[in-house]
Amino acid sequence: MPATFTRTPAEIDRKDTGIGGKPPVDRRPTGGGGGDDNWENHPQGRRGPRELLTRYRLGLFFALAGDLMFFIALVSAFFVRQNAGHFDPRDNYVSDWHPLAVPPILWINTAILLLSSATIEAARQHLFHEVDVMEEWLGLGRPAVRRASPWLVATVILGVVFLAGQWIAWQQLASQGLFFGSNENSHFFYLITATHGIHLALGILALAVALCALFMLRRVEMRQIVVDCTAWYWHTMGIFWIFLFVLLTCFQ
Amino acid sequence: MSLRLQTERSPRWWLFTTDHRTIGIAYLLLSLAAVAVGTVLSIFMRIHLIAPDLKLPFWGVVPPEGYLALVTMHGTMMVFFVLTTGPVNGFASLVLPAQIGARRMALPLVNAISLWLTVVSFGVLLAAFLVRGGAPISGWTNYPPLSAIAAAGPGQATGMDLWLVSIGIFCLASVFGAINLLTTIVSKRCQGMTLMRMPLTVWAWLVTAVLILFAFSILLAAVVLLLSDRHLATSFFVPPGEVIDGLLVAPHANGSPMLWLHLFWFFGHPEVYIAILPAMGLTSSLLANFTRRPVLGYPFMVATTLAIGFFGLLVWGHHMFVSGMNPYAGTAFAFTTMAIAVPSSASVLGWLLMLLSGRESRVHPLPTPMLFTLGFLSFFIAGGLTGPILAQPVLDAYLHNTYFVVAHFHLIMAMAGMFSLFAGVYYWFPLMTGRLMNERLGKWHFWLSLVGAYATFLPMHFAGLAGQPRHYAQLTGSTSNLSSLLPLQTGITHSALFLATAQLLFLVNLIWSARRGRLAETNPWRATTMEWALDASECSVVRGPYDYRFDANLPDFILQCADEAEQE
Amino acid sequence: MRADRVWWMPPNGALHGVAIDRLMWWNLVALSSLFVLAHIFLFAAMMRRKKSTSPDTSSSWKRELLPLAGLTLLYAWMAVSAQRLWATIRYQGAAPNALQVEVTGMQFQWYFRYPGNDAVLGATRPELINAPAGNPLGLDRTDPHSADDIISSVLLLPAGREVDLRIRSIDVIHGFFIPGMRLKQNAVPGMEMHIHFTPSVVGDYPILCSQVCGSGHARMQSHLRVVSESEYQAWLASHEPHLTSGATR
Repeated sequence: MPATFTRTPAEIDRKDTGIGGKPPVDRRPTGGGGGDDNWENHPQGRRGPRELLTRYRLGLFFALAGDLMFFIALVSAFFVRQNAGHFDPRDNYVSDWHPLAVPPILWINTAILLLSSATIEAARQHLFHEVDVMEEWLGLGRPAVRRASPWLVATVILGVVFLAGQWIAWQQLASQGLFFGSNENSHFFYLITATHGIHLALGILALAVALCALFMLRRVEMRQIVVDCTAWYWHTMGIFWIFLFVLLTCFQ
Repeated sequence: MSLRLQTERSPRWWLFTTDHRTIGIAYLLLSLAAVAVGTVLSIFMRIHLIAPDLKLPFWGVVPPEGYLALVTMHGTMMVFFVLTTGPVNGFASLVLPAQIGARRMALPLVNAISLWLTVVSFGVLLAAFLVRGGAPISGWTNYPPLSAIAAAGPGQATGMDLWLVSIGIFCLASVFGAINLLTTIVSKRCQGMTLMRMPLTVWAWLVTAVLILFAFSILLAAVVLLLSDRHLATSFFVPPGEVIDGLLVAPHANGSPMLWLHLFWFFGHPEVYIAILPAMGLTSSLLANFTRRPVLGYPFMVATTLAIGFFGLLVWGHHMFVSGMNPYAGTAFAFTTMAIAVPSSASVLGWLLMLLSGRESRVHPLPTPMLFTLGFLSFFIAGGLTGPILAQPVLDAYLHNTYFVVAHFHLIMAMAGMFSLFAGVYYWFPLMTGRLMNERLGKWHFWLSLVGAYATFLPMHFAGLAGQPRHYAQLTGSTSNLSSLLPLQTGITHSALFLATAQLLFLVNLIWSARRGRLAETNPWRATTMEWALDASECSVVRGPYDYRFDANLPDFILQCADEAEQE
Repeated sequence: MRADRVWWMPPNGALHGVAIDRLMWWNLVALSSLFVLAHIFLFAAMMRRKKSTSPDTSSSWKRELLPLAGLTLLYAWMAVSAQRLWATIRYQGAAPNALQVEVTGMQFQWYFRYPGNDAVLGATRPELINAPAGNPLGLDRTDPHSADDIISSVLLLPAGREVDLRIRSIDVIHGFFIPGMRLKQNAVPGMEMHIHFTPSVVGDYPILCSQVCGSGHARMQSHLRVVSESEYQAWLASHEPHLTSGATR
């Protein structure tokens, strides 16, 4: 079975054969199936070149859905506590929510993270480039890996720079006297940035593992899956960061 | 021909296996250990309640905080390690791939990691008994500030931290398990297995996995926030001005205990549906199997499963009617909670009709799995019917946190859930060991448990109506008139002892049958679902999952993956 | 003191309790009947039957949907009738002339504070809480309104007057539960809850804690004594006004 590669438009259009329309679809329940393009009607292992990739992407999707729920819990707690207040002894309502000024370095960090999404996407595209993948499958060296690796390294560097920038932002807040436990708003600022930072650190770890795996895994399909899943995880962390950043800058 | 699965590798391979059937058995053994520990804890609780000055083995005289520690750990162990682990992870790992025609799970390593994390979580939880101060005392719900301030009670220091770490690890384990289940069900169904041809057990696991994904992520967030409050000087849940033991607690920013209640119950209510939905799916399957008739209204049953899963996410406020929540919100939750009674009643009616129409074709005599399924039905009705009372805020304002609620959830979660677990174990025992469990012991186990359970939990309704609150370590020595309930509670304790003793029959049966039970032939229950087929993964499915025939001229049933010509 | 009952709720002493008791009774009757009916069905289904000639798959939909429709109507009736009662009890606040009493829960004691002649409760501060020195609620002595506050460990109320309870806690969540008044409300630290009711029957009603609050949860009890108006006034008058001497910290 040839390795996974992107289908050109010509192949997809070729489904329409026959004079004046598609051939009739055979729906008889014969054992085996497989005359059409409906992958679900095929037995396992014969569902197309992307069967394994789809499965792992599906697993990653569900994992990220759970992760999204985790972040949603934090964000809803954020909104609930925005209405935090208390009654002073004279029965006046005093709000306890003190919006803090977001350190400007966070804007630079956001730009760096978006750039890193672009770099890892470049790496992913290289790994699916048809000609290079065909060469790899035939055993003629690893051109796709060679082209993708620098981009992956660039992503790792940008990721580390992002985390360093987050750390600097924390230092800046601490020098103003705003620590984790200072007030409710600072709770959430630190918690949200720390949670996202931990996820990103895990992503950097995954990138490092993917880099090693690119040189150690033997099957082209598995190399593609490793980088593809890491890339989607990275993109999702970028999207989460955009939402969280908007939350912290505009909704305090 | 024996169905014995090939587990003849040496033990050290067994520990690190990714084979889903072995993992399923490991989960079930973990649940067995947890239910044994949880039952012993509950016996200690019951004895202490009626005889507070009695010296118990391992403990001496149990102080009030000891009683509360028993309650907390009993609840935690049963809800998490028995009712979440057994039906979902245990049974699904055992039979799900076969039921959908797959050879293995989609992400077997993730499944294995989920098992190991669950085992670690169990160990950490048990360690809470051994640390200074003992286990936590704030109930399985652990409302802050009692759970947020270490000085608020004995066991709330290291014991509480261990509980939080244990449950945090458990959340991760459950989410991993759910990811594996969802990916498997979506992508590994065999050829021809459309969604509407899946057995109802698989539908139940599908909805349960989605609920796990949502609910346990929220619980993980809540646990992280509480740990942060305890150790990182934040105050998500602790308001300022707390005075414990006469001392002002270190100043906190303005937190709210209500935030914990909302987060916890947003998890807590789907959790009980996670515990019961697989049991409902199993009930449908077993009723079909033993009445030899297809499930009545298969699309209808699927719809009720989906409806219960969906509504289950919208009803959490009914645990909080008197907690300080807005009364208008109380009304909203009351209506959604009453709404969820409709699909549940629909399921029960469907099952009752299956039984009625199966009067002529059912298996005779009823084997043990069917008896336990009938027991499930009885307890589900008994426990479920007190739900609508508790769903009305004005009545719940009296009954909240009394023994009425204890009776309600024990009947529907503990007894119905446990009976379904028993039914599953008796039913799938041939798949695990190649042998059948002893029928006579099974019948005795069933009847004694049924009688014992009703004798234990029905009287609790009256204790609740009389006003007895939960978590009370003793009924005497106080200024109220609760001591008049002592005879009632004594009767309950005796029944509980009887019920617990009856479970020894199950243990004996389990151990004896695993070694010397009657060898089972292939498909001993003559079921249509594919876990009983010899090799289902190469087949192409063309029919529904419950193709039982009751026309005398045709063969009795057709296995789901068989062609037309195959005989019984 | 009334006789202790174990098979039903203790005797009701509140005005709204009559309707609640009636609702509870009808709910339990309806649901118990359903329980018995369902089990009769279950047993009937266990009686085996000889093979009949006609397969009865045709009207199965009606047989399932009609009972379901009946049950849905029952649930709807339960929800709506309960909702009406809930709204009258909880949606609106107390009448403006209701008696004000503050209930404070702490580990493991209930305290009740009456506003005294000036009808205003004095301010409290948590840092002033010092039970051994006689200031368990942290009353701020510098506030003039706190001079006539009466602090009691028993809740004494006159029959027939609406009471507005202000429920708070100083440490953990407690549950303020008076079974005889069909009343329950959690006391949450950092929040102040208001519930109101009218005690109508003279008598002594236990007050229990219904939310686990620590090792003394089972003994955190008090009493509600409902007395005649004259007895209530006499009780108020006999209480010494709060002394300004004593520890202020």
